[in-house]
Amino acid sequence: MPSYVLRRLGAGAITLFVMTAIIFALVRLVGDPAHLMLPPEATEADRALFREQLGLSGPLPLQYLDYLLALARGDLGQSFRFAAPALEVVLQRLGPSLILTGAAMAFAVVAEVPLGILSAVRPGGIADQAARLFCALGQAAPPFFFSLLFIRLFAVEWRLVPTSGYGTPAHLVLPTLALGWYSAAGLMRLTRANLTQVLASEYIKMARAKGLPEHVVLVKHALRNVALPLVTFAASQFGILLGGAVSVEAVFAVPGFGSLIVEAISQLDYPVVQAAVVVSVVLFILINLGVDLIYAALDPRIRYGR
Amino acid sequence: MGKEILRLDALVTEIASPAGAARVVDGVSLSVAAGRTLGLVGESGSGKSLTCLSVLGLLPPGGRVASGRILFRGEDLAGLPQKALARYRGAGIGTVLQDPMTSLNPLLTVGEQIGEVFRHHHAIRSRAERRRRTVAVMEQVRIPAASERLGAYPHQFSGGMRQRIAIAIALAGEPDLIIADEPTTALDVTIRLQILQLLRDIQRARGTAILLVTHDLHAVARFCDEVAVMYAGRLVEQGPVASVFARPAHPYARGLVAAVPRIAAIPDRLPAIPGQPPRPGEAGEGCAFAPRCGQAIAACTAAVPAVRALGAGRSVACLAPQLLAEAAE
Repeated sequence: MPSYVLRRLGAGAITLFVMTAIIFALVRLVGDPAHLMLPPEATEADRALFREQLGLSGPLPLQYLDYLLALARGDLGQSFRFAAPALEVVLQRLGPSLILTGAAMAFAVVAEVPLGILSAVRPGGIADQAARLFCALGQAAPPFFFSLLFIRLFAVEWRLVPTSGYGTPAHLVLPTLALGWYSAAGLMRLTRANLTQVLASEYIKMARAKGLPEHVVLVKHALRNVALPLVTFAASQFGILLGGAVSVEAVFAVPGFGSLIVEAISQLDYPVVQAAVVVSVVLFILINLGVDLIYAALDPRIRYGR
Repeated sequence: MGKEILRLDALVTEIASPAGAARVVDGVSLSVAAGRTLGLVGESGSGKSLTCLSVLGLLPPGGRVASGRILFRGEDLAGLPQKALARYRGAGIGTVLQDPMTSLNPLLTVGEQIGEVFRHHHAIRSRAERRRRTVAVMEQVRIPAASERLGAYPHQFSGGMRQRIAIAIALAGEPDLIIADEPTTALDVTIRLQILQLLRDIQRARGTAILLVTHDLHAVARFCDEVAVMYAGRLVEQGPVASVFARPAHPYARGLVAAVPRIAAIPDRLPAIPGQPPRPGEAGEGCAFAPRCGQAIAACTAAVPAVRALGAGRSVACLAPQLLAEAAE
């Protein structure tokens, strides 16, 4: 197992290397910060000096080499905009996004997996009908639409929670619901579809032919077999949520990761964009590794190490 | 003959469909005694498996036993609620399904899958005692190094070994009846005989009654005492294996027996029964086999032929008189 983890981390390092190259080149295609950040009356000499200071002079491959050498030391450069290291800026904004995404995931799992189970066990029943309606609504509109709707309803009309901002659990309620609903709907459908399939399988017939009580059949024999696809889906949703949080963060004025990337790109803050990409790639590699390890724990047929 | 363990009395099973209820099992009567094996044969869709599932109370959604009796050790199981049926399943009635690749839960150890029968039916709380009994039953089905393999998962066993585990699960309940629904169809030819031999050894040792559903007429000839032939949800012929195979009475049974290739004389072209069976529940009036039958007369399509006794424990549902006379000789 440890050698498997090491190999996966090695493969992750290669992914990271490729991603840095792509983003390093791409971000420099967007525009020249010397034009954006200096006043229009600055001379070409001023701009050249400015580029020199930011480390943007010289041929691109050399710049990239410098960047990689710094990266190897853990130095992701200084933000052009903020008087702070790019990594620090990114990590600061990552916190709220992770909390929001985590809360949305937790909401999706806690609310929807039981609902998916109920609707698979009694297809066509009341829980099934309600769950399907709930799902259809959740996937009918993008999260930012629900954000606006929820603000209007829960914050303005009924004054239950704050309209926007960040800092207390109450601030988190509406963005969590708005962001989580979409994933929740997918999770519920997946739970329902997979459980329906598992319940029709031969080993469930066998479990029933053994005379096991129905709750044992469901919990012990069926649910573990449904967990695998759910873990995969939840992990992939995590990435989508982290990205999808941008619109929700914007509506609720949450100082998050998504909005930082948008700002950094529009302000041509290269180091921050690059640092953000590095951080999210590392995050994804770790999540995927975590998923694989959970797989091995859940399913004896999957054993890594060779 | 031993005590009667299972008796089906005019069993009718229906499955609801948008077009109305389809009769998938239509008036099946049969009987299996202790220590005996009844082979239930017929092509796919003839209602063999649904007959078994009716006994177990495990019909697919929309399925129900519409009429008739299912007498297990004299008690009628038809119409019992699921909770009551669950007491018989896995205990009095053991089940072996077709494909051991799919009938064992991939995520649970075989020890757990066998052991849970002891927990639920024999209320054995002690882990050590369950373990001891699980090993004992695994040894009964001749799994080598049983005590070391308790913690192994199904995928770590070969197909034949998995089917042995499935049989061990059935045995754990100390059943009077084992329902084996095509237990060898998914296995390698070389393994099939071993599994059937194992079932027979268990039967000899414990006096178990076996209901063996199969396509394999060789297996029936070798391992069954009686045979019942199903066609389109109905029993068309039944009786002692030797006599039915020697002189089948029903044209369909004749076709089946004739279609079995014999090594000694394999013809260029294997004999086959022309035509297709009706779709389940769409047999219509009269004998379901009549459209494919060379001997059919007008009366065959007017009403379902009654089951008539031929003597020597045989019965057939056919009108063609000369066939009956030949078979009764």
